[in-house]
Amino acid sequence: MKEYRTISQIAGPLVFVEKTEPVGYNELVNIVQADGTIKRGQVLDTSDELVVVQCFETTAGIGRDSGVRFLGETIKMPVGRQMLGRILSGSGKPKDGGPEIVPEKRLDIGGAAINPYARDTPRQFIQTGISTIDGTNTLVRGQKLPIFSGSGLPHNEIALQIARQAKVPGSTEEFAVVFAAMGITKEEENQFMQDFERTGALEHAVVFLNLADDPAVERIVTPRLALTTAEYLAFELDYHVLVILTDMTNYCEALRQIGAAREEVPGRRGYPGYMYTDLASIYERAGIIKGKKGSVTQFSILTMPGDDITHPIPDLSGYITEGQIVVSRELHRKGIYPPINVLPSLSRLMNLGIGEGMTREDHKKVSDQLYAGYAEGVDLRGLVAIVGKDALSERDRLFLEFADLFEDRFVRQGHNEDRAIKEDTLDLGWDLLATLPEEQLVRIDREMIQKFHPRYRKKQAAEGGTSSATATDLGSGAS
Amino acid sequence: MVTAVDLDAHMYDVVKVGHEQLMGEVIKIQGENIIIQVYEDTAGIRPGEPVENTGLSLAVELGPGLLTSIYDGIQRPLEVLVEKMGDFIERGVTAPGLSHEKKWEFVPVKKAGDTVGPGTIIGEVQETNITHRIMVPPNVKGGVIREMRTGSFTVEETVCVLEDGTELTMMQKWPVRVPRPVTEKKNPDIPLVTGQRILDGLFPIAKGGTAAIPGPFGSGKTVTQQALAKWSDAEIVVYIGCGERGNEMTEVLTEFPELEDPRTGKPLMERTVLIANTSNMPVAAREASVYTGITIAEYFRDMGYDVSLMADSTSRWAEAMREISSRLEEMPGEEGYPAYLAARLSEFYERAGRVETLNKDMGSVTVIGAVSPPGGDFSEPVTQNTLRIVKVFWALDAKLAQRRHFPAINWLNSYSLYLDSLHDWYDENVNPEWNRIRAWAMEVLQKESELQEIVQLVGSDALPEEEQVTIEVARLIREVFLQQNAFDPVDTYCSMAKQYDMLKAIKTYADRASAAQRAGVLTSQIVAIKAKNDLPQVKFEKDYNVLLEKIYAQMEAEFNALKEA
Ligand SMILES: Nc1ncnc2c1ncn2[C@@H]1O[C@H](COP(=O)(O)OP(=O)(O)O)[C@@H](O)[C@H]1O
Ligand SMILES: [Mg+2]
Repeated sequence: MKEYRTISQIAGPLVFVEKTEPVGYNELVNIVQADGTIKRGQVLDTSDELVVVQCFETTAGIGRDSGVRFLGETIKMPVGRQMLGRILSGSGKPKDGGPEIVPEKRLDIGGAAINPYARDTPRQFIQTGISTIDGTNTLVRGQKLPIFSGSGLPHNEIALQIARQAKVPGSTEEFAVVFAAMGITKEEENQFMQDFERTGALEHAVVFLNLADDPAVERIVTPRLALTTAEYLAFELDYHVLVILTDMTNYCEALRQIGAAREEVPGRRGYPGYMYTDLASIYERAGIIKGKKGSVTQFSILTMPGDDITHPIPDLSGYITEGQIVVSRELHRKGIYPPINVLPSLSRLMNLGIGEGMTREDHKKVSDQLYAGYAEGVDLRGLVAIVGKDALSERDRLFLEFADLFEDRFVRQGHNEDRAIKEDTLDLGWDLLATLPEEQLVRIDREMIQKFHPRYRKKQAAEGGTSSATATDLGSGAS
Repeated sequence: MVTAVDLDAHMYDVVKVGHEQLMGEVIKIQGENIIIQVYEDTAGIRPGEPVENTGLSLAVELGPGLLTSIYDGIQRPLEVLVEKMGDFIERGVTAPGLSHEKKWEFVPVKKAGDTVGPGTIIGEVQETNITHRIMVPPNVKGGVIREMRTGSFTVEETVCVLEDGTELTMMQKWPVRVPRPVTEKKNPDIPLVTGQRILDGLFPIAKGGTAAIPGPFGSGKTVTQQALAKWSDAEIVVYIGCGERGNEMTEVLTEFPELEDPRTGKPLMERTVLIANTSNMPVAAREASVYTGITIAEYFRDMGYDVSLMADSTSRWAEAMREISSRLEEMPGEEGYPAYLAARLSEFYERAGRVETLNKDMGSVTVIGAVSPPGGDFSEPVTQNTLRIVKVFWALDAKLAQRRHFPAINWLNSYSLYLDSLHDWYDENVNPEWNRIRAWAMEVLQKESELQEIVQLVGSDALPEEEQVTIEVARLIREVFLQQNAFDPVDTYCSMAKQYDMLKAIKTYADRASAAQRAGVLTSQIVAIKAKNDLPQVKFEKDYNVLLEKIYAQMEAEFNALKEA
């Protein structure tokens, strides 16, 4: 293979090479330093004489005396069943002292788009045991539902709690976790790894680690390696795969850095104009395919710069993902765990996975009514701050109290409290709704009220029906 | 993007690039260099590979077989792509838009000796429950028919021969970037009835009209567009998923065949054509998708049908333009969009309209575009340029969505410029009272927003008695009439008659309340009337009349009791 010694310019992560033979876009490149170290990169741009190479590792040590080899193929990922239980670097090299992966297959990491005609509709309810997710922002298999958080908030705890507790009630199918860290700290890494080891999750996991002090550009490939692995496990080996990508904000920063090095015209707030399309090529790699047993569910984490949900990173993500779970600094300050603010949170696939035969027929309406009630109560807090509680009508006072109750009992739960959807989450929702006048429950039809409202449930119980769950043991787990 | 040399090409010619023959389009000619936008992923393509010019511009195949299909942005049938290359969209596979093998039963409506011109309907095919009218293509001069055939034909076989030897088939090809001609554009004065109360009731769109529905993520663009695709009284629906989610298209594909058109009782899928170029499919094909969609819409319009087209989302189309333009290193305009953004948007919406077709029938294309402003900020270029063109603005509001007030359309910021031209239609087809009640509801909502400002300062108890009733009536309008649950089997579609009945019931309460107030009844008692608590239930009942009558009777009784007391 020809080795060029024609590096003409190095700028940040980019290496400009003069060459004579044709080189393809996205082709893999080895850069050989004078001391023999080999660094990997990828062709970003190619013309007759010049190639722009994006180096996945630091360009420190690369100079005009370095050699460049074009490998003639795009990045391929060796994949195999043996990957389960392994810890790999952000570029897919073993990091746990174990042997190289013996590939069953080598796959292009770009990931072709799933043909929408081949997709199957995700509709299988996943119980996470967290009320604000299961009850009001339900996750289903094959969904991409990220956590939008802020720095210093307990998003990792929430992600771990979900990874521990998530199950499809009644199912015993094989599952796997693919965990990809991009630019997280050593401390965060420990937090994840210790929990994985403690709970035995590691056995079913493939871990990719790009830490804060690893090269930023490597982050461009890390999620793609992870998703290629996930697709292989799901669509060829029939696993139900939960992919956790964290932190997508670091990924986007790497994208911005490369854009700047290429001197591209920047888009909003300095991020590349193609960031939507680029993020879509990651987030859209989730779903279910007709006739395949496995699934890819994506649960990514991103920290919103300045807690601003309109910042391009959460904004473009929210436009692609199937909803978002928003972690709130305000609730965190109040000492509520998990501090999930349901108002800006959303699960777009919720309606497909809930209702009769899946969760319970009242699920959607209870959720809508909880939202409406909580939103109204939160609004009234603003008013109370100005005019005082006394100026409120009786009705408004009830809504105000409802909002407090909702946060204290529905939102708040323990780190290891695994709530069942019907007996815990939904019935708790009804208990809270019962504090409002019945005629205020306009989102729920009569029939449901008569069937599930505690007032009538009690009556039924007294008449010998099943008794309703009480909620006294809940709300115990302040962080 | 690929540059070719030594290629004889014109702008927008379709070319085949490389050994894999990837489809692309000439988008710039610069001296010797022909710049090509490839519709597929170009990873691994190397300088030196061949480029071949087809000499044609990007065109769609129009004819029987369009209905119930799902295409990518350049009219490749996704179903065929699955057969040819499996579950993932790999590159380098071509497939014609229409099946060239399938035979259709062709029934002529013209005979030998008849004279036909461009656009004349010469025969019919029963495609689904929809009759597909076969026309002389607009770019064929026409003449006297020498021979007319009857029977089973593929779309490539000749069904009609003219005296000058011209052979006509059931398929036309039409370049997507060129509007199909019509005889004359007419004024839109018939509403597109959507079954959505806030749209039909407050901000209606006319058949052949244009509307934009901008909103941040999660505010309800897609659900609204899908509701329109399901329930609006168009005869043909073209739904374009442009740069959005794969699962949303799958949902349409699974749901539509099971849903019935409330007017005809036929499966909705039979009148629908889907274009799905999702966010992770190639950007160039995304750019083309809206043109592919509108050309198909115009084609059905030319048969004399009322067509409605939903594009979700036009922002992703604009972004595709931006990505392509920036790769061409064109001078960027506002926020990096090309300077021709406004022109492209208005050319697109200009293809909507209620028209007299070349065959002298009436047909229409209604265009409804979703807009996805970054950060939900409506001052950005795509929203602003769109609002300058469209006649209806449905402003989605994140605040409403957060409290699950759906459709989250803001009733104070939205508008329809068709109200006047539709006035007579409502008089004749809904109720002579409709226009007045509608105006009354708008007034109450307007008034409420003013009152809310006061409440925010001093609390609701400080409002004058009369205005406390206004607040209650406004609440009923919002919660009973405006809120509509797209996922409830009954509430998802509301006929004009039911819309009128619901609004009328609320108005009756309001009138009774004012009268009682004048008679000296306490506000707290008026607000506590129980009958109105059943109003939300009306939404969920199919045969709502029984309940409504019960409500009227109870209301009557309660008010009478108050008056006597
Ligand atoms: N008319 C409606 N009725 C009930 N729910 C709705 C309605 N419109 C929107 N929603 C809810 O809001 C969510 C987001 O709506 P969607 O149309 O996907 O938003 P957008 O396209 O603007 O991002 C949906 O998943 C659904 O839960
Ligand atoms: Mg949408």
